[in-house]
Amino acid sequence: MTAILRTTGLTKTFGAVTAANALDVSVEAGSVVGLIGGNGAGKTTFINLVTGYLKPTSGRVHFDGLDITGQPPRLITRLGLCRSFQIPQVFDSLTAYENLLVGIGIVSMGRKAFIGSALGRQSPETVAEEMLQRFRLGAYRDQLASTLPEGVRKLLDIAMALAVKPRILLLDEPTSGVSADEKFTLMDLVLEAIRAENVTVLFVEHDMEVVRRYVHRILAFYEGRIIADGEPAAVMAHPDVRRYVVGEPVAGGEDAC
Amino acid sequence: MTSSRRTVQGLALALLAAGVAAPFLPRWAGFLVTIAIAKALVALGLLLLMRTGLVSFGQGLYFAIGAYSAGIGADTLKITDAVPMVLLGAFAAGLVALALGTLLARYRTIFFAMLSLAFSMILYGLLVKSSALGSTDGFNVSARTVFGLDPHGPVGRFGVYGLAALVAFLGAVGVDRYLRTHLGRLAPAIKDNELRVEYMGASVRNVVHLHLVMAAVLAGAGGALTALAVGHVDPETAYWTTSGEFVFVAILSGTSSVAAPFAGALILELLRSFAYEHAPNTWQLVMGGVMLSVILFLPEGLWSVFRRRRRSAP
Repeated sequence: MTAILRTTGLTKTFGAVTAANALDVSVEAGSVVGLIGGNGAGKTTFINLVTGYLKPTSGRVHFDGLDITGQPPRLITRLGLCRSFQIPQVFDSLTAYENLLVGIGIVSMGRKAFIGSALGRQSPETVAEEMLQRFRLGAYRDQLASTLPEGVRKLLDIAMALAVKPRILLLDEPTSGVSADEKFTLMDLVLEAIRAENVTVLFVEHDMEVVRRYVHRILAFYEGRIIADGEPAAVMAHPDVRRYVVGEPVAGGEDAC
Repeated sequence: MTSSRRTVQGLALALLAAGVAAPFLPRWAGFLVTIAIAKALVALGLLLLMRTGLVSFGQGLYFAIGAYSAGIGADTLKITDAVPMVLLGAFAAGLVALALGTLLARYRTIFFAMLSLAFSMILYGLLVKSSALGSTDGFNVSARTVFGLDPHGPVGRFGVYGLAALVAFLGAVGVDRYLRTHLGRLAPAIKDNELRVEYMGASVRNVVHLHLVMAAVLAGAGGALTALAVGHVDPETAYWTTSGEFVFVAILSGTSSVAAPFAGALILELLRSFAYEHAPNTWQLVMGGVMLSVILFLPEGLWSVFRRRRRSAP
């Protein structure tokens, strides 16, 4: 397997705070990776660095062998690396259908600029309708995004990220703000849609049940560093992960006070 | 799309009505409609910018460039017909926007509004100081022919009026069509969420730049038509109160339909004429009152009266 995404010594400091501390991550094509860690551990910073929203203080980001360090989000998106947002970033004055059509329209306009573009012979309108069906958003087709329930906005936000035909998708807390009993439905739906397009997925998640169920691999973050990386079972059993991420007291640990 | 066809049909009907009504309109009314259309073209450009989330307080810049270019074209380049004069005005304004846009497209909100105003005031200052262009007095503009006809002849005297109506029709249909394309749909998307547009692979700055040029072309055409209708240009065309009036028209009309600026500008011109006639000393008060009522009771502009239910923007 080849690494589709690779970061080397990726570092970002905000004043005295090191939000990303020499991160070396290599992600294989086709895998589903979970990013875990407490608040402020550096998960979103990692996504922001990889997708170009933040410029790293030092270190490089390679996507499919191409150095994309410091490139703007627009160009990184065109190369095939896209993200969703923790707080849905949708176009409030457009309908659900139009929200998707914006992204698909951009892809169809810039066919040459988009490396991964594969709209085929279908019209952008048809692709948008299909995406609505696949994400079960059909009932909300003509509703303005501003009036949609939060869970639906979340789903639309993810669908919009997929609408621009990425090869890697970074999902920032896809299930936050979604009720507990809807989390699995949402993730099933999202991963099913993603698998159909053969997309590599990295997602930030706080719910360990969700993580355990969907990922091949876990990256555990703590204070800007990766403290564990590997098979879900191994990472979950790691003492540092149990102490800092899961929050269990560990027998024999130094915090016995 | 049916609503697209309805818009085009409505505009075509309005164009036809303008043509049929021409011989029956008194001279003052024909002039008033021509001026209203010319100003509405500028407001149509503002509609495009406002849909993209920008308000320019400096459209007078492109309006003046259009007017002066038409006049200079007739004087210096010896252009004799009104049609190429209007084309020249639109082209020159677009060219200036293409250059200034490299800077303007970086700014938003009040910074964008003030920077565009600053550019228009620089032009005003230059025009006032240019004795070759008549300084504060400006100079006379006239076309020897309109569509190849003598402007004083039986048919030719409707020439500028007809030309304005035709440009308005093409401009409105063009903008309406454009807003329904994939590129045009980015206007409301940019207004809602620029970050997301960038994360979908489009350059917000390039789209804003393009819309600046399109708005300038419309304003330039409006300026050239005004110069032809009035027969004169002066630096007032670039003054900030002129730009303010275009914003007034755009807000009075609303941005929901490409036809709105034309209705709004016509109402404004009629209102001004009557207010000026019946309340010569307090006509500004009347205008201010109307603006206040529109903002209070019709926040989406006069055109919202015609819409039975709120529909999503195309």
